[in-house]
Order: sequence, then C-alpha cells, then structure tokens
Amino acid sequence: MNRREGLAKLTGRERYVDDLKVEDCLWGMTVRSPAPRGRIREVRFGPGVDWSEFVVVDYRDIPGPNVVKLIESDQPVLASDYVRHIHEPVLLLAHPSRRMVRLAVREVEIVIDPDPPVLDFRLTPRADQIQYKSDNVLKHLRIEKGDVARALAEAPVVVEGVYETGAQEHVYLEPQGMLAYLDGDVLVIKGSLQCPYYVLDAMTHALARDQHRVRVVHAPTGGGFGGKEEFPSAVALHAGLLALKSGRPVKVIYDRAEDMAATTKRHPARVRHRTGVDRDGRLLAQDIDVVIDGGAYVTLSPVVLSRSIIHAAGPYHAEHVRIDGLAMFTNAVPFGAFRGFGAPQSQFAVERHMDVIAERLGIDPIELRRRNLIREGQTTATGQVIRDGVDRVAVLDRAVELSQYRRKQAGYATFNAGHPTLRRGIGLATFYHGAGFTGAGEVYLNSKVQVAGLPDGRIEVLTACTEMGQGQITVFTQLASDRVGYAPDDVIIAAPDTARVPNSGPTVASRTAMIVGHLVERACDDLRRQVSEATARGDYLKRAIAAWHEQHPNQPLVGEAVYQPPPGIVWDEEHYRGDAYGTFAWATYVAEVEIDLRTYIARVIDFLAVQEVGKVLNETLARGQIQGGVAQAIGWALMEECKWNNGAMQNGQLTNYIIPTSGDIPPIRVDFLEVPYRYGAQGAKGIGELPMDGPAPAILNAVAHATSTDLRSLPLTPERLMEAMSS
Amino acid sequence: MSTPSTQPPIRLEFVLNGITVSATVSLVDRLLDLLRYQLDLPGTKEGCGEGECGACTVYLDGLPVNSCLVPAYQVRGSRVDTVESLDPAALQPLLESGATQCGACTPGVAMTACWIREHPELLETHTVAELMAGNLCRCTGYDGILKGVEAALAGRGAAS
Repeated sequence: MNRREGLAKLTGRERYVDDLKVEDCLWGMTVRSPAPRGRIREVRFGPGVDWSEFVVVDYRDIPGPNVVKLIESDQPVLASDYVRHIHEPVLLLAHPSRRMVRLAVREVEIVIDPDPPVLDFRLTPRADQIQYKSDNVLKHLRIEKGDVARALAEAPVVVEGVYETGAQEHVYLEPQGMLAYLDGDVLVIKGSLQCPYYVLDAMTHALARDQHRVRVVHAPTGGGFGGKEEFPSAVALHAGLLALKSGRPVKVIYDRAEDMAATTKRHPARVRHRTGVDRDGRLLAQDIDVVIDGGAYVTLSPVVLSRSIIHAAGPYHAEHVRIDGLAMFTNAVPFGAFRGFGAPQSQFAVERHMDVIAERLGIDPIELRRRNLIREGQTTATGQVIRDGVDRVAVLDRAVELSQYRRKQAGYATFNAGHPTLRRGIGLATFYHGAGFTGAGEVYLNSKVQVAGLPDGRIEVLTACTEMGQGQITVFTQLASDRVGYAPDDVIIAAPDTARVPNSGPTVASRTAMIVGHLVERACDDLRRQVSEATARGDYLKRAIAAWHEQHPNQPLVGEAVYQPPPGIVWDEEHYRGDAYGTFAWATYVAEVEIDLRTYIARVIDFLAVQEVGKVLNETLARGQIQGGVAQAIGWALMEECKWNNGAMQNGQLTNYIIPTSGDIPPIRVDFLEVPYRYGAQGAKGIGELPMDGPAPAILNAVAHATSTDLRSLPLTPERLMEAMSS
Repeated sequence: MSTPSTQPPIRLEFVLNGITVSATVSLVDRLLDLLRYQLDLPGTKEGCGEGECGACTVYLDGLPVNSCLVPAYQVRGSRVDTVESLDPAALQPLLESGATQCGACTPGVAMTACWIREHPELLETHTVAELMAGNLCRCTGYDGILKGVEAALAGRGAAS
C-alpha cells in the first residue's frame, strides 16, 4: 500500500500548523536568557517600542506550578529569578505582526548577575559549580552480572578504550510550532508534536486546568526523530499562556535559528570500556562506564541513560558485566530524546571497541563477533534470557556474504597499496535495539486503543499515535483492514485529539507499529465480538455493524484493547535485572568508505543494512525507515558537529551545521530477515530507531582499517581525521 | 526600532500559477511570505530561511529558486509557479517510490523533481543525485526520492 497521505504531501495540500489560516491571530515569540547561569537582576524594555501594542507574559502569569511536567518537576515554563542555561525562556511577547514581534524581542534586555557555569560534563565540577544535589549527578544507574573485578583480574588480556560522541541536532525539516486558542472555556492546542498526552499533562499541570478544559490536537508533523517528544510541551505552554492572556489565537512558530539554538539535541557521551578476553577472543568480562551530558534540566535524561547502559554491552554474551551510567547536570541547553535514545552512543563505543580488541589480539573482527554473539538461551547484561529463534550469527554471515566483504577487503588492500592519495576500507558493526518502553514502562503506560464501528459499516481507528513521516497512518490502515478484511478506504484513522482518542501512549521508542499496532488488531477483534463473531470479515462484518446500529440508534459502537505484557516478562527496576524489552531487532551493517588524503574527507561509498525485524509490514515504508536512519547516522558519524561557546550552539543554522545531501549518501542496500514476534502486530518488531545505532561504528571501523588509524570519537570531521592521522 | 510602516508599500502584478494576481508588499517581504501568508498558498514551506534546504523551491520565470531568498518585489511582471500548480499524475512515481515521509521538504523536492523531468538534457552533465542536492531531506535517506525521479523520467520517455 502506498503512503496514504502521500499525495497530499507531494502536492502541497497537507496543512501543517503554520499553514493554518487563523483569523485575528497573534504571533508569539520567546525572550531568552543571554547567559548560561545566573540570577536575573532586571528585565529592561527598550525605549523605541510601543509596548502597549504587545501582549507580555512572564512567570507571574502562570496559573499553576511554574513547571514543565515530565519525569522531574525542575524545569520552569518561564524562568522567574534564575537561569540555568543560555536561551532559557524568560518572557513571552505577542503581536499581530510577525515582524514587529521579531524586532521587539531584540529590544528586551535580560540583565543577569552571572555565576560560574558547568560547560564540560567530563570534568569534575568545582564546589561553586554544584547545582544539582551534592555532585551534579542527575541520575546514576548500574547493571551488574557476575563478578567483574575478579574476572578482569584473572583475564589473560584486558583491553581498554575511551570513546566519545557529540551532540546532534534533529533537523526535522518543519521547525517547532504551536497554535493555541480558546474555544469557549476550552484551551485548544494544535501543533507539531509526537505525544499529545504528554502535552496535555504539561498543560493541565502548569495552567491548573482540568482535562476537560484543555484539548491537544496533533497537526501533521514535519519530522520528529524524538525532537518533538518532550520539547513541544514547553512551546504549547508558551502559546497557551499568550492565548489565555490575550484572549486571541496565538501561533508560536520557531524559525530555524531559534529551533537550533533553543531545542534539545542528542546527548553527548563518553564511554569507557575495560574488557577481559581470552587469547581466542572470548569476552570474559565487560566493565563499562557511560557518562552522558544531561544539560540544565532532568528532562528525559534518566531514561536515555537507562537505554544507553542496557545496550552498552552490545549483542554479546559475557558471564561478568558491570555497567555504570551517569547523567550529568551541566549548564548546557537540555539534551533530549533523539532516535536511538542513548543506544547509538553506547553501541558506537562497544562496536568500535570490538575492532580495537580484534586488532589487539590479532583476530579477525568478524570472527571475534561471531564467537561472542548471544546464542539462543544465553543472557544479556541484565540477565535477560534470549530465546527468540533468531540466529544472530546468520544475520552477521548474511551481511558478510551480501557485501562481498572478504573480496572487498582484499581489493581495497591492493587499491591502497597502489594509490597515491585515496584510501578505501570496509568495516562493520553488529548491534541490536530493544523496541518499546524499557522494563515495566509499557505496563505503566497502560496504552488503550479503540476501533469504532460506524453506521455505514466502516471502521475508525482511534489512537493517540501521531504521523510524523514514519508511516503510522498507512500501517494502522493496513493492520486494521487486513484484520477485518476491508478495503483500506473503509478504514478511517482518527486525527489524534485528546478530546476524542484514548491514551495509547507516546509516539516514541519504536513502539507504534509493534505495540500499538497489536492493540489495533485486538480492538478490531473486540469490535467484531460485539456485533458478530471475532472472525467476522468484509461485507459480512459491515452488514453486522450496520445492523447493530439499526438496533441501537445513536449509540456508539466501540471495540477496545488495553496493553497486556507478554507472559513471563519480569523486570526488577531496583537492581536493573531481568527482561529489559519484550523483544530486540538484530542487525549487521557494513560500510565502505573512501578517504582523500589531501582533504581528509571520508566519504561513504557503499552501505549495506541487514536486519532481523520480525515481520516487514510495508516494504517501501520499512526500507524508508532504515535508509533514513542510516543517512541520519552517516551525518552524525562524519559531518554533524555542534560547536559550543559558553553553552550556546555557534553554528545553529543549516549553512554551517552540515547534514547530508543526496550527494553525500551512497546507495543504501536494505535486507530484511523475518522471525515473527508473537506479541507484535502481524509479528513485527520496532524498527524506527535501529538504523541509528549501527552506521557510525561501521563507518569508523572502515576508516580505521583504511587508514590504519585508531579512531575514538564522533563526528569524524576532516579536522579530526587529520589530527588522528598526524599523531 | 525601524518599523515596516516607515517604508512605502510596493504594488505589483505577476502571473501566479497561470493567473495574473496583484499584491501589496513591503520592501522586506520575501516571495515565500507573499505566497504563504498573503496569497494563501501554504504548500511552499520554510525549512531554513537562508537558501540551504530547498523546501521553499518555486519556479521564477521557469527556473527553480529558493523563494526565501527572493524579495517579493522582484517578481513584478514575472511568472511564478508553485507546488500547487503541479499535476498530481506526474507525482505518482514519487509516491510509489517512497519519496515522501514527513512531507516538510516534499513540496520543494516535487518542484525540483518535476523540473528535472521537464529538462532531461540536464542528465547529460549531471546525475540525479547532484541535481537533487539542493533539497535537504531528513527522513528518506534520498533513495526513495532518486528512484522516484528516475521512474518519472522513464515514464516521461515512455509517454513521449
């Protein structure tokens, strides 16, 4: 099935939030902190502006607690007396003219009495830099399996390595944006977002309004990648506050510069490995420290850290594992959700480290991985027994075969010996990604889905899941129409609107198709049971639904399903032991690179992505997810670098924060293996984030082989590669 | 603070998607603003506002341009064509190849794709990947876009 809303997008008819024509609308903007840390001494309004034309909102206008509610209640909606990062929101302005409000923002001066900021998460903070608890640690987590200290002491060889990854900007092509207006007593929020119920929760809390007086509606969203998971709550609150104060509709639409300066990015990370191995390359002990930069507020850092450490040991079995994770407070703009959610950072480290171990032992890196990949019945770092029928070695071997790895390796060695200025290489990474919320997260979410039977026999799927390009509308249409034997046109996908759809959880964590999709199937069955038998299909079902409505005039007919965990899933949150995820997708990616020794530019010239994903629901959409994720990861690996100065991003524009163009991306060949997962829709596992994990280590391994250089950090810009090759 | 009201408004006429329209703009209005906020054609998107991403691509006298970099007054007497003018049938290959995901870059991609389709002679000197490099896409990894353009070119060949 083709993407259902695809033609509307191609012809420019899809209406995103800033495309909506709203009468009497004001433009809202945010006045932000000019300093990374300090006390607000004064807010000065410049003399050249007629401020009576403007709606001005500060912290005193917030009806409820001044908090963007998330995991912790530490982030203010608007700073009152103290700022903890540069670009922190302090004041809101609105005006009928967008240009006027832009000019006016520059005429407000926030005067700060500065305090010393923490700007490097890797350094131990001085006493005068402590701002969170006693040590600036936002979260500490530990995984322990066996006795690492003893195993390391006894290991014949111990290999150490430190690996670093930088921040990454999402660059969804549609910047953040929200529209707020009052409909009677109901404050309506419409905008670009992934998680309608997160926004609703934040709104009811800070605005002290009950659920019935706030309505959050999803507008078609121009990309998210995690960047529209938690951040839109703040934008919605700002638009809502301006609408409440002015009594008029307000649009808050970020331009690219504001978006890049003020919104979340991927957490920078530093990962240290100490690995005990025997002479044959068997992993005896993995001792791993993961430190991530959380930024100035807790936001989602504890959960990002959690996923990061759970994936930090890689898809390998070792008897003895210790993983410590720290999320550090700094005065950086808070880091947040980004596709992969901590796993790309830690899997970059372990997969680069595997090549370092192989080099040290003189073992082939493929063979080293083959010897250590988790076999059926073996356990992960958290002690989760893997018994899913997937042959992980076969995934690796397929990638080696399809890429013609050995032939390429030999060919490039010959090429490199003979070429004066170019070097070519091939490298790979084996990795995995757990789909859905971690541990008991899905149980807490308690997701609910409804499928309504309409009087004419068609059905309507009601969920809070949002379409942001990943294909949710199309996949839910397919799942429901396959389940009940309808033509796709007879399945309506309701627009997410908290006044009418149940809370089926956030659109994150590769959970939509696998978990919520499965609930769509079960809700279809529940609907069928109410009008006929659970297996009723097609025209027969349509007639049964129509007949039910004739017998029950003006009554709603709604099938429902609520999340139930797969049997036997047990997670111990306190000790970080047990079944971290219902299932994992497994993959091996192969990168081929070419380095120009005159410019030190490394280019990916071919790429192969082999993955086991349970079941491919839509070939075009699934391939698009993998290729898009690989491209985003190529950017993270080679070109996307956030340059910081005093806590501010210095290259916050697309002119000098470089993302890949069509000229930078090689052919990305995608190969799917399918071992159906019983508790996923039609057997599917989540795939949205998987492709973010593997490309960076595969590429750096390839460059390391091509140049015989030990590379430990991302992004591998030409400057970094030159330094590494010169040292 | 200099305000727009201190500058005289500029009246202009131009041909938009085949129809003559008139508008009053200020000196600092961009063609993108004129199309989106005054003439109710929000199909053209703003991705970066500095000519990097190509989401705002329109044809100015037949040539693709970034409408965020074109002062509105400059289109006086010109011909402007936007995504709204494209024939949906011509876009079918892009739909089938997976060229659109989130859709924010898509109007610009569609404009460049159709322009290549109408100018196949460009392929004598450039690859499709080179010709599409002015349109940033963060979702697809470009393969779906390039395949769609190639299919559209092949379909054009078959049709003529």
